[in-house]
Amino acid sequence: MTEFRELTLGGISVGMIYAAIALSLVLIWRATRILNYAQGGMAMFTTYIALLVINHTGSYWAGFAVALASGLVLGGVIERLVIRPAENKPPLNAIIITIGLLVFLEGLAGILYGGQFRSFPAAFSITGLHVGSAALGVSANDVFVAVAVLAAALLLAAGFRYTSAGLQLRASAFSPPVARLLGVRVGRMLTLGWALAGLIGALAGVLVSPSTFLYPNSMDSIFVLGFTAAVIGGLDSPAGAVAGGLILGVALSYVGGYLGSDLVPLFGLAALAVVLMVRPSGLFSPAATRQV
Amino acid sequence: MTLVRHVATAAVLAVLLVIISSTVSPFRDYQMAEVACYVVAVAGLTVLVGLSGQISLGNGAFMAIGAYAAALLLLHLHWPLAVVLVAALAVAAAGGAVVGVAAARLRGPYLAGATLILAVALPSLALRYGLLGGDQGLTVVINSPGFLGPSFSLTRWQAWLTCGCALITLVLLANLARSRVGRSWRAARDDEVAAALAGLNVARLRVLAFVVSAACAGLAGALLAVTTSIVSPGAFTVTLSIGLLTAAVLGGLGTLPGAVWGSLVLVLVPTYVTDVASSHGLSSSVGSNIPVAAYGVVLVVVMLTFPDGIQGGVHRLSRPLASRLPAWPGAPRRRPPGPQFRAPASEHQEEGSL
Repeated sequence: MTEFRELTLGGISVGMIYAAIALSLVLIWRATRILNYAQGGMAMFTTYIALLVINHTGSYWAGFAVALASGLVLGGVIERLVIRPAENKPPLNAIIITIGLLVFLEGLAGILYGGQFRSFPAAFSITGLHVGSAALGVSANDVFVAVAVLAAALLLAAGFRYTSAGLQLRASAFSPPVARLLGVRVGRMLTLGWALAGLIGALAGVLVSPSTFLYPNSMDSIFVLGFTAAVIGGLDSPAGAVAGGLILGVALSYVGGYLGSDLVPLFGLAALAVVLMVRPSGLFSPAATRQV
Repeated sequence: MTLVRHVATAAVLAVLLVIISSTVSPFRDYQMAEVACYVVAVAGLTVLVGLSGQISLGNGAFMAIGAYAAALLLLHLHWPLAVVLVAALAVAAAGGAVVGVAAARLRGPYLAGATLILAVALPSLALRYGLLGGDQGLTVVINSPGFLGPSFSLTRWQAWLTCGCALITLVLLANLARSRVGRSWRAARDDEVAAALAGLNVARLRVLAFVVSAACAGLAGALLAVTTSIVSPGAFTVTLSIGLLTAAVLGGLGTLPGAVWGSLVLVLVPTYVTDVASSHGLSSSVGSNIPVAAYGVVLVVVMLTFPDGIQGGVHRLSRPLASRLPAWPGAPRRRPPGPQFRAPASEHQEEGSL
């Protein structure tokens, strides 16, 4: 029973990381109909920047803030610089451009920081919490990870729902031409969507790096599972992204704990296959309609 | 007629390749073999993505199937090499049929996600089962055949073998693309509903494309196994699968010459940049990462400047040149200038471009 509780709580903590990556993918997918394969690479790069700041100033929170800010800027700059020019080209081109960015960022990180594994500090203690004398199986930092991603997701949802920029973002995602006719600067909204996705990705990078170490490819497997979570939840649904991340995180935590960690990727494939067999557009997407 | 033309082109290329491989160093022979392996895999992928319109980020997994099948057959059953290659191709094709059936309902990003995790998950099987050699992998040793003489270099034989297989694959795929099947693929890609109304079985066509693509990948994997003489999970990572897709799009999606350009870039750009970096005395962490960064830059720049890939660029640059030459008798009539009909978004290659 203790093991079950530990695996569940640990799974929720990891699942929130997948949820953050999934959320950033969904943001970009809804805004520009592009899958951003560079999301993991961008998160890796901003985490390196955070590490530099932390080593320089000695303050974790300064690094945390700089990571989020640089994620915001990086997302916006990438959209303006290389995604916008590819707007009217075949859709695969944009995908290849994001793959090129991923390769470039990983190469650049290797050049600037070297390939060795670096440890990244955690925000709070990583020793297990206790209730009375019973070990809870999670650390204060695990709680922080879950709370931070949840807070970011809720803030984002509130922003989409209650602010003017959020309404414009939704309008541009729903129908760019109509939004444009109504006076929305759709181009700016796309940049904003990418910037927000960069921020969420950067958050994921900072939160996951204490447990994975930091190296140029450190986000690759996180990205693949985040992508899987987004597909399971449905790429059009931010709530689905969070739910998909949690489901995947907890399920893979059980598989890793009870059956062995080398089965985790295979089980991820199986979970994805089962979900897509039943619902080819993910769990939380509205019923698929195909235009004739 | 087309068959004759394709075979004649392949024969000329074969003679050229034999001449080249006989004059260059063993290392260049090895690189030729490597490029040829990738050509086989990328050509299969370009048919799947470019002609049938289904994205796959998981063809590296089919390469792994082919490579492991070939290694096991060579190690345990000692079958002759030609039979092993055909068997590896068949096993991978069967895997492609399974994935194709599962994928037939999926579209765009959902298909991309499913095939991506396939590429991650399948090689991890090797860590689970001892028969597959675990992390170390399996070692495959082949010798050059006796009739070439005892002193014939092994790398040159590997180059001949892989280039020969690549040419055969290209001829077969070129004919397939010009056949009824290829036309049906294009029809189903451009408008699924119209294709179904015209009597095509769209689902079966989509599965068939996966089978053809996986068969090519399986053959490529088997060839790579005998070229590098080792089969390990580390050789078939997601990076390989993504590399195949980038090569197909970089070269020019849906075109077989494009598959050759893309494979050349995939193999030669990193080697070339490494040579330049090491000759300038850069440290190893910088030297080993510059090729990676350079490949990323090449991808982005080519996609922005030549949206139809290298083959599209070659086409575009050679057209004004060709139009100045007098037309030869029996040449196909050029389309009249003026607005041309263009199908929506997915149309980015012309009928005769393969």
